[in-house]
Amino acid sequence: MSLLNYTLRIADSSLILAQRISGWCSKGPTLEEDIALSNIALDLFGQANGFLEYASKLDGNKTPDQLAFNRNEREFFNLQITEQENGNFADTIVRQFFFSTYSFLFYTELSKSTDETLAALSVKSLKEVKYHLQHSKSWMLRLGDGTEESKQKTQDALQYFWQFTGELFEMDEVDIEMSKSGIGVGNSELKTNWDKMVNEVINQSTLERPVDAYMQTGSKKGLHTECLGHLLSEMQYLPRAYPNAKW
Amino acid sequence: MNEQKFQEKIDLERKIEPKDWMPEEYRSHLIRQISQHAHSEIIGMQPEGNWISRAPSLRAKMILLAKVQDEAGHGLYLYSACETLGISREELVQQLHDGKAKYSSIFNYPTLSWADMGAVGWLVDGAAIVNQVSLQRTSYGPYSRGMVKICKEESFHQRQGYEIMAEMAKGTPEQKEMAQDALNRFWWPSIMMFGPQDSDSPRTGNAMKWKIKRQFNDELRQKFIDQTVGQVKVIGLEIPDPDLKWNEERGHYDFGKMNWDEFWSVVNGNGPCNIQRLDHHKKAHSEGEWVRKAARSYSNKQEIINA
Ligand SMILES: [Fe+2]
Ligand SMILES: [Fe+2]
Repeated sequence: MSLLNYTLRIADSSLILAQRISGWCSKGPTLEEDIALSNIALDLFGQANGFLEYASKLDGNKTPDQLAFNRNEREFFNLQITEQENGNFADTIVRQFFFSTYSFLFYTELSKSTDETLAALSVKSLKEVKYHLQHSKSWMLRLGDGTEESKQKTQDALQYFWQFTGELFEMDEVDIEMSKSGIGVGNSELKTNWDKMVNEVINQSTLERPVDAYMQTGSKKGLHTECLGHLLSEMQYLPRAYPNAKW
Repeated sequence: MNEQKFQEKIDLERKIEPKDWMPEEYRSHLIRQISQHAHSEIIGMQPEGNWISRAPSLRAKMILLAKVQDEAGHGLYLYSACETLGISREELVQQLHDGKAKYSSIFNYPTLSWADMGAVGWLVDGAAIVNQVSLQRTSYGPYSRGMVKICKEESFHQRQGYEIMAEMAKGTPEQKEMAQDALNRFWWPSIMMFGPQDSDSPRTGNAMKWKIKRQFNDELRQKFIDQTVGQVKVIGLEIPDPDLKWNEERGHYDFGKMNWDEFWSVVNGNGPCNIQRLDHHKKAHSEGEWVRKAARSYSNKQEIINA
């Protein structure tokens, strides 16, 4: 049961962020960037699909699609940062940068999992996440050290998304159990490296690291910000409206 | 002299390359045609983009997103091909925004149900392929090579669209109704994608002589109809044309009268989504302005540092 829950958390973060990023399609600041963002979304949908297939096997009852399209808000365990709206391009980049830095560290550890499926899925995800991290880093530099306007927008985005970074390193009883048994990752131990990597890019981008203040929490218990309900009602509309249909 | 050599080359089926001499009219005809084609790929992202967030399965979502992303790639190739004729992408986008350049009118129709993702992939990409296969033999090298690349991806799009339609046609009664409704709405605009009947098409003359265009609109349209009728039958839907029937003598399907008044009215701005599509593009472009500026400013600074 813990393993299923643990797998769903990973799957949900990829799925929800992919759904968000795919909203950029046809709206990118350049054609090249439109394509790059769709690539990231496609990678994340692919990752979500892999983890959901495993979750479906563990569950023994629901298909991957049912897991994606038939669960309610309180049954989703994605990190709250992933459900936040796209905002402007700087918001999307900062969200991606925080999350990809975290994912990079997380999958590096999870690749060593004693659970073979999780390990294999992580190896594959890690390859893609390296590219996502590279992409968001290069934009952090360009936006931070670009114009006054881009600097301000990026600083504002750092400020906004900071409150969602506490969750990345939280550990509840499921995490502790998974970590102890060698299946999962000790998330709290990722923080030192995450701070180091994030500080380095923030400095290079001539931006300022926000001061730690109130941190959001709750996704491990299925508690979310108001953003998620709207995202799900759109994403799940067809399978919910036509429960007997196959597509 | 130049002109004669140019024509000889064309008659020998040699490709014209960017550095070769070409009549100004050939150049401007190509710019108009290739840019219209590029804009169509880009504006065409919107009607399908409209359903990415609501695709009904993970697989459907990935296929659709990858498809729309392909169209962005097609737009890129074509803008690059057009740039070889001495005009920049920014100028081309400006022409689009000013209403001086057109895009295919089919994208001014709304996508109202998931079945429309089937209809668009199957019929709109299907019609585009018939046209583009013919354009693989166009006389301008970069355009011709672009078409070869693009055609490979388009045939995937068409198959995927047909698959959606087939799945819905054999699904619940509601799904079948959606499928038929999508076919009803997209059939006529799709067959009008090939452009006016040749008897009414004033520009065909030089385009044929210069082998920019290789086949007549009516020929291409007939080819598309002939190949699609069978596909419709297989999945048990009906083409919304009571006059459609096999003509043994011609070896082709006869079909009903197209509504050219509607066609021209949509081309000239009065379609259901004309304003929306252009506004969407303008908005994305202007919201991206500060990002492009930041990227330019950053790369200028880097150049100074590295100098
Ligand atoms: Fe295309
Ligand atoms: Fe296509």
